[in-house]
Amino acid sequence: MTVEEEIVAITLRSLAVSGMASLLAAGIGLPIGVLLGLRHFRGRDTLTSLFRGLMSLPTVALGLILYLIFSRAGPLGFLRLLYTPAALVIGQAILVLPIMVSITTETVENVNPSIRDLALTLGADERGAAVSVMRESLGGIVLALSASFSRAISELGVALMIGGNLQGLTRVLTTSIALETTRGEIMLGLALTAILLSLMIVFNILLNVAERRVRWWLWE
Amino acid sequence: MRREKRVLVAIVIASTLLVSILGYMYLTEIGQRETVYVGTTTSLYDTGLLDVLKEEYEADHPGTNIAFISAGTGIALEHGKNGDVDVLLVHSPALEYQFMEEGFGVNRKIFAYNFFVIVGPPEDPAGINGTGPTEALQTLLEYGRSTGGPIWVSRDDRSGTNQKEIALWGEAGFDYDTIKQEGWFLSSGSGMGATLQVADERGLYTLSDIGTYLKYRADGLIGLERLVENDETLINVYSAIAVNNTRVSHVNFQGAMQFIQFMVSQRVQEIIAEYGADTLGRPLFNPAVDVLRTGQPADVAGWIRSYAYFDVGGTLYECPPQWRIGEYGLYS
Repeated sequence: MTVEEEIVAITLRSLAVSGMASLLAAGIGLPIGVLLGLRHFRGRDTLTSLFRGLMSLPTVALGLILYLIFSRAGPLGFLRLLYTPAALVIGQAILVLPIMVSITTETVENVNPSIRDLALTLGADERGAAVSVMRESLGGIVLALSASFSRAISELGVALMIGGNLQGLTRVLTTSIALETTRGEIMLGLALTAILLSLMIVFNILLNVAERRVRWWLWE
Repeated sequence: MRREKRVLVAIVIASTLLVSILGYMYLTEIGQRETVYVGTTTSLYDTGLLDVLKEEYEADHPGTNIAFISAGTGIALEHGKNGDVDVLLVHSPALEYQFMEEGFGVNRKIFAYNFFVIVGPPEDPAGINGTGPTEALQTLLEYGRSTGGPIWVSRDDRSGTNQKEIALWGEAGFDYDTIKQEGWFLSSGSGMGATLQVADERGLYTLSDIGTYLKYRADGLIGLERLVENDETLINVYSAIAVNNTRVSHVNFQGAMQFIQFMVSQRVQEIIAEYGADTLGRPLFNPAVDVLRTGQPADVAGWIRSYAYFDVGGTLYECPPQWRIGEYGLYS
């Protein structure tokens, strides 16, 4: 495999792994966020603070914890997940889940309460009212997706500790940048960084376009 | 509500897609080729030599995949204890001995050696050029204490290189943990490349493996000079150790032994002897198998024996008999 092909493969792998991690986190985090934003129950404030606090979990610390769990000597060692792409997806999903939950909660909570009341007055049931609120929160949810994906694709600690930076398997953009830097291949490291940044800018442009389309679609 | 249904359908489609892709990735991973996990020290991996060997090995053994987990010697041994790697390539005889004594490693085989170097600013303010390592360190310490400014930077990360540095300070008559506290002694806490750059930037001396130094020097990343080198006490010995499958369950012992046999084979020893000669002007490693078998050249063979052999009951062994399992033709 030439260097160019290798870079393309690494880039695609980065997108796939972090994309799946963000989707996984969205699947779990969005409902939790909406719930925390709409309902008020005992312990809710503690939960939101907990998720906000977890946003600052260092990637290398999470990597270490997950290594101890996924290691052959650890509680989930029998799954043989360590040093596989699947482990990487799970790790990054856990990493970005607090971001997903916190931003969603905040957005949903800040939607003008009158919208829900209005929907209810206009004859919508509870679920319908919830959808109206969701629609108003779209911008915040898109931001949550964007922030989660950005954090997932730019993190290094988890990818190194439980991915192992295996060539052709778990080598992603950030671990390649780290490896090429320690190898003294500074230009290659910078090139990979440029790829990562341009990808994220393009991704956010596309996401903005998508947000407009979805908004239009929801309103019909 | 129609809209709500659409959203629901979209969510269902997205999650199905997600699960199937995940499942596919997971399954392709399981039903895949047999994998031998090799825990390796960064100073070996960062040179690129192992990528060459991986290609060779996989061409020889179709259906086998070599996966290198590159980390410092300390954490690499930890991976071995947990059964996360099958075989180790490390360079710290003291830590290796401990690892094997605790029963985690067997069938140790020395496959390469080279020399550490003490590097420093070209103007060499402390004047250590051409001296021996012990004298050089004593000079540096005195120079540092008299000027008070930083003069030495240490990786301080328990890597093989750092272990060597600790031993060298010991031989010069100083306790590493004590002098570490003094003002002239900096701790970078990072890898070899980063430490060399710190030394270069701030005009400090440091101990480096030759591979990383030559690479950084050839790429023009550092201007440090080799000031003390080619001395017996600076020898650096790399060995392969299989993780003991009778102590650590699940490890791929056969795969590990095949890999060790490959590392000490004539062909790989020749690759090691030449690696780096074309790009860096000189080879980075010297093959060790023939040196130890024939005892020639006598001085080098003697240095390796006294530095990296294990003393068990007064006899020096590359791998003491009680820590050998099976017959793989490694020891003659």
